[in-house]
Amino acid sequence: MEETLQTIQSIPLEHYIWFCATLFVIGVIGVLIRRNAIIILMSVELMLNAVNLLLAAFSVHHGDPSGQVFVFFIMAVAAAEVAVGLAIIVMIYRNTGSVDINIMNKLKW
Amino acid sequence: MIEKSWLIPLLPFLGFLVNALGIQQIPKKAAGIIGSTSVLFSFVLSLLVFFELKGSDAGAVTVKLFDWISVGSLHIPFSFYIDPLTCVWLLIITGIGFLIHVYSAGYMHDDEGFGKFFSYLNLFVFFMLLLVMGAGYLIMFIGWEGVGLCSYLLIGFWYKNDAYNDAAKKAFIMNRIGDLGFLLGVFLLIGTFGSTDFTEIFPQAAGFQSGDPRLLAITLCLFIGAVGKSAQLPLYTWLPDAMAGPTPVSALIHAATMVTAGIYMVARSNILYALSPVSMTVVAVTGLATAVFAALIAISQNDIKKVLAYSTVSQLGYMFLALGVGAFTGAVFHVMTHAFFKALLFLGAGSVIHALHNQQDMRRMGGLKKAMPITFATMLLATLAISGIPPFSGFFSKDEILAHAFFHEPLLWVIGFAAALLTAFYMFRMMFLTFWGEFRGTEQEKQHLHESPSTMTIPLIVLAVLSVIGGFLGLPEVMAHQAHLLGAYLAPVFAQSKEVLPAMHVSHSTEWLLMAISVLGVLGSIGIAWSMYVKKKTIPREESVRRTGLMALSYHKFYVDELYEAVVARPLNALSVFFYRIMDIRVIDGLVNGIGKTIVAFSSTLRLWQTGRIGSYLFYMVAGIILIFLLNYLIF
Repeated sequence: MEETLQTIQSIPLEHYIWFCATLFVIGVIGVLIRRNAIIILMSVELMLNAVNLLLAAFSVHHGDPSGQVFVFFIMAVAAAEVAVGLAIIVMIYRNTGSVDINIMNKLKW
Repeated sequence: MIEKSWLIPLLPFLGFLVNALGIQQIPKKAAGIIGSTSVLFSFVLSLLVFFELKGSDAGAVTVKLFDWISVGSLHIPFSFYIDPLTCVWLLIITGIGFLIHVYSAGYMHDDEGFGKFFSYLNLFVFFMLLLVMGAGYLIMFIGWEGVGLCSYLLIGFWYKNDAYNDAAKKAFIMNRIGDLGFLLGVFLLIGTFGSTDFTEIFPQAAGFQSGDPRLLAITLCLFIGAVGKSAQLPLYTWLPDAMAGPTPVSALIHAATMVTAGIYMVARSNILYALSPVSMTVVAVTGLATAVFAALIAISQNDIKKVLAYSTVSQLGYMFLALGVGAFTGAVFHVMTHAFFKALLFLGAGSVIHALHNQQDMRRMGGLKKAMPITFATMLLATLAISGIPPFSGFFSKDEILAHAFFHEPLLWVIGFAAALLTAFYMFRMMFLTFWGEFRGTEQEKQHLHESPSTMTIPLIVLAVLSVIGGFLGLPEVMAHQAHLLGAYLAPVFAQSKEVLPAMHVSHSTEWLLMAISVLGVLGSIGIAWSMYVKKKTIPREESVRRTGLMALSYHKFYVDELYEAVVARPLNALSVFFYRIMDIRVIDGLVNGIGKTIVAFSSTLRLWQTGRIGSYLFYMVAGIILIFLLNYLIF
């Protein structure tokens, strides 16, 4: 256990930050440019996980476990959210035969 | 009794309340009795107050009722001030008021608004009493406005006729112009003396230098108020139009009481005026000009009430002439005698109109001597009185004024004398056209000619007696030593100003000469009227006939109404049209609607952001977050 900790701490924090930022941006870009609702949800998950990873890394580096507690919270909330989101998407698919977000524009003026 | 003097105005006010609240329920007879008796009781109380004040040593009594306004250093109590001047007015208002109430019971007998009429009359008496009893200018102002309101209500009493409503509005608006002056005067008084009470102002004022600019401003402002209320040049045009009201109203309000409020106010403020010679001159010149001007108009009017209305304006001019030359007693004396004979003349005219079923045109009258003997006899007495034939009352009061005018400046006497000649001429013209010659109305009217009922003739007789003997209250010094009872009675009121003004002195022979000239002149004037309207049987020309020169000027009232129309009304109208078209529609509406339109346009653009495309929302969201981060980074 000690060893694992030391291994993780031996990698500089900056690397984690850059890595997580990259993952996050990939997620953002995915949300912005994809039209399939399921893939957008996946991109959101990617963003969430980028944040989770960062939280875990900070937690280890500072020796403070509360960061990891947050990770669990986020994962639980994200799972619940995805369950609701997927249910909505399934209903939309049943009614329109498509999950393309560009045809879902009924909420306009 | 003096301590209870607040009962005097209270009684008519109660009469007003009872009649006003019970318009639908109270039968006509009861309304008339309530209205008349309340004023009768006031009259009795006024007599008691008069005798008590006369018997006591106190020259004047202040009755404080309650504190009214108390702001900072300014304290205005609600109190009454009873002195000889107040008493004279109290007796005139309640005495003549009572007679006119009785007369109204007969005159308005068939009118559906009978109860309303009596409630208005009572309210008027209440306000008029307040005006003369108030111990300060502010309480006077309440009465002043109140009588204006009642005058408005009563002129427009027959409100179904639009012309009458216009006359009422005209009276109201013209009076507002004057009231502005009055109010400014009161503010100046407060600023100068820190009070509106007579008992505080007059002793302080006596210490001022003659010609003090503050007093000048105050007196001029107050005089503007008097000009409006007492129908002097240039604010007189409402009074002739006010004849639209029922005839008893013309007699009570527009001849005997309210229009003399201006005289009362100037007489009350005599010390202020005595100390501002310029104001005195303004008062005298305005009065004299009005006296001549109105008389010139009166000589060619054909409506019996219009003749009397212009005559009233002219006589009020005389009273202001008296005030202006320092003959305060003479002015009050003339107010009193004028109240007797002018009320009588109006009531007599009302009696004639009553008999002719609302015919007011003298060209349709004539020969009423036999059909209406009482009306004829009483009106003849009143006409002799107003023309200044001795020993009728008008002679003495007018003579006193003219003598003072002569002492002041002979030219004033000459013009005043000319006005007296005109007065005699138009009054007898009216008498001759109405009562002499043949009847010129329709056959049907001729059948129905009748003397008025006794409720109407008894007041006529009482007033006729007063018109005849009223003058003996003020016999001039040349006729009997110290026989000017009214003058002696009023002396304490004018004592202060008497010290400031030069004492009137005209040698006895001159005064006898002046009297003789004016009596002879008046007799000659009557003679001319007689030869024109009785001997030659001239009937004034019909409306359609074109008049030329002076005749046209007089007949059309010197086109003053037209002048006001052109000088005041039309430019005002044009200005308001301009403001309506440009300021209101363009500027204000433009501004208000412009704001609305801008917001609508703005939001219709903003609306397009609401595309409903999830992709764009996501983009805005991300862009927004980035923007916030950037701002955060740049600013902190």
